[in-house]
Amino acid sequence: MDKPRFFSHLRCRECGRHYAKEPVHVCEFDFGPLEAAYDYDAIGKSLTRKKILSRPRSMWRYRELLPLENEPTVGLHTGFTPLIRTRRLAERLGVEELYVKNDTVNYPTLSFKDRVVSVALSRARELRIDTVACASTGNLANSVAANAAAAGLRSFVLIPADLEPTKILGSLIFGTNVIGIQGAYDQVNRLCSEIAGKYHWGFVNVNLRPYYAEGSKTMGFEIIEQLGWRLPRHTVVCMASGSLLTKIHKSFQEFTKLGLVEAGEFSIYGAQAVGCSPVTTAIKNNTEIVKPVAKPHTIAKSLSIGTPADGYYAIRTMKETGGAAEDCTDEEIIDAIKLLAETEGIFAETAGGVTVACAQKLIERGCIPRNESIVLCITGHGLKTQEAVIDKIGQAKLIRPNLREFETLFEHAIKTI
Amino acid sequence: MTIPVRIPTPLRKLTQNQEVVEAEGATIRELIESLERTYPGLKERICDEQDQIRRFVNVFLNDEDVRFLDESETAVKSGDEVSIVPAIAGG
Repeated sequence: MDKPRFFSHLRCRECGRHYAKEPVHVCEFDFGPLEAAYDYDAIGKSLTRKKILSRPRSMWRYRELLPLENEPTVGLHTGFTPLIRTRRLAERLGVEELYVKNDTVNYPTLSFKDRVVSVALSRARELRIDTVACASTGNLANSVAANAAAAGLRSFVLIPADLEPTKILGSLIFGTNVIGIQGAYDQVNRLCSEIAGKYHWGFVNVNLRPYYAEGSKTMGFEIIEQLGWRLPRHTVVCMASGSLLTKIHKSFQEFTKLGLVEAGEFSIYGAQAVGCSPVTTAIKNNTEIVKPVAKPHTIAKSLSIGTPADGYYAIRTMKETGGAAEDCTDEEIIDAIKLLAETEGIFAETAGGVTVACAQKLIERGCIPRNESIVLCITGHGLKTQEAVIDKIGQAKLIRPNLREFETLFEHAIKTI
Repeated sequence: MTIPVRIPTPLRKLTQNQEVVEAEGATIRELIESLERTYPGLKERICDEQDQIRRFVNVFLNDEDVRFLDESETAVKSGDEVSIVPAIAGG
């Protein structure tokens, strides 16, 4: 008997035209993004809570809802990061039920990008592609480099040359080809789409994008499962291209459609930094036209995409679910990174600071009620953007190795508390 | 005035697989009209029913997105290069 086919085809999000499951990402007709489409009847017959619970604790527990034809071969240990019920942070924000979905400890490169890369590279292998590449603001490059190394694929990562040194190191270590472009991310992006057309490589976020993007759904599936098969009422997500936000929405819809979670109301909120806020600005101005930001300027470099490809869909998602958008300054980002670290022991990168700071503002504005469940999606580890906080957290107090010096220091410390 | 226009992969079926084609005109709009005359069908791929550049299409004049300039009325001059690039995801 043939295996059931869960992943059926690619489909244009704009006009609905169907496409074969190849390395293509835009509709030939109107350039609309292609998206993976599934046979939900077949999935419904196969995927149950019991089956999910019987599988290893990784993002592949939801394998039927990911766009592969065979079993995954890359990133088998990725995902199933902790969902933490916060006490101290909830108290500080003045809310009753607050969770952190902690992708700072995702495997292997400490950001949610490991989810999308695991899918993209598994699919690249199915398509017999031997060279993979990406345009990246840092985290994606780290993940492509690491996963390609482990899979034995040749890789090229293209990044803006002014990224945080730690993020560049985090790619170089894996022996990938790192190419620093003297320009903003959007220029890197543009160059990559030209290279992808010419060299027939698998660019994870260009011609493999329909596969890649689906990996983000697993963050949403995990949230539902870890909440005890329940939808969170409010979910706050940081936005660069806006893709993660739209895929979390899709994940909630898919689990509802399949009866894996009881249907219920949920709202999704987007967060950006003031220095690059094309999507939140459009929401605040009540328009669906995203005005590109020519020169992003914020410490949240991983979110510095001036021309967000999924901006339009992110706006629609927030509107349809009754969500809202907020943005925050670089100072607020740093305060929020410290707040999350000091209350919950989680060290997030700048993008995580954006999520926490904006959630705080949305709660204070009354957009998010204080007595309903809230999930903050924290997408990357703080060690990757150490540069942002290095001068803001004080220094170690130096003493010689004797007790008297320690006691003097300690008495002084007590006096200053 | 003849301006080279870089065509993205998804549209090359219409340009006999040429990556770069020549177009005539003094503005982006005129270049698109000129492309349509030489390669029928190209315009509706780039512009929507309201004659605006489609949501998922970026048109660059040299290194600048024309949305930062005068959109389809942006003037072009000899020596310029135009690129048509689909929007893509980030991270």
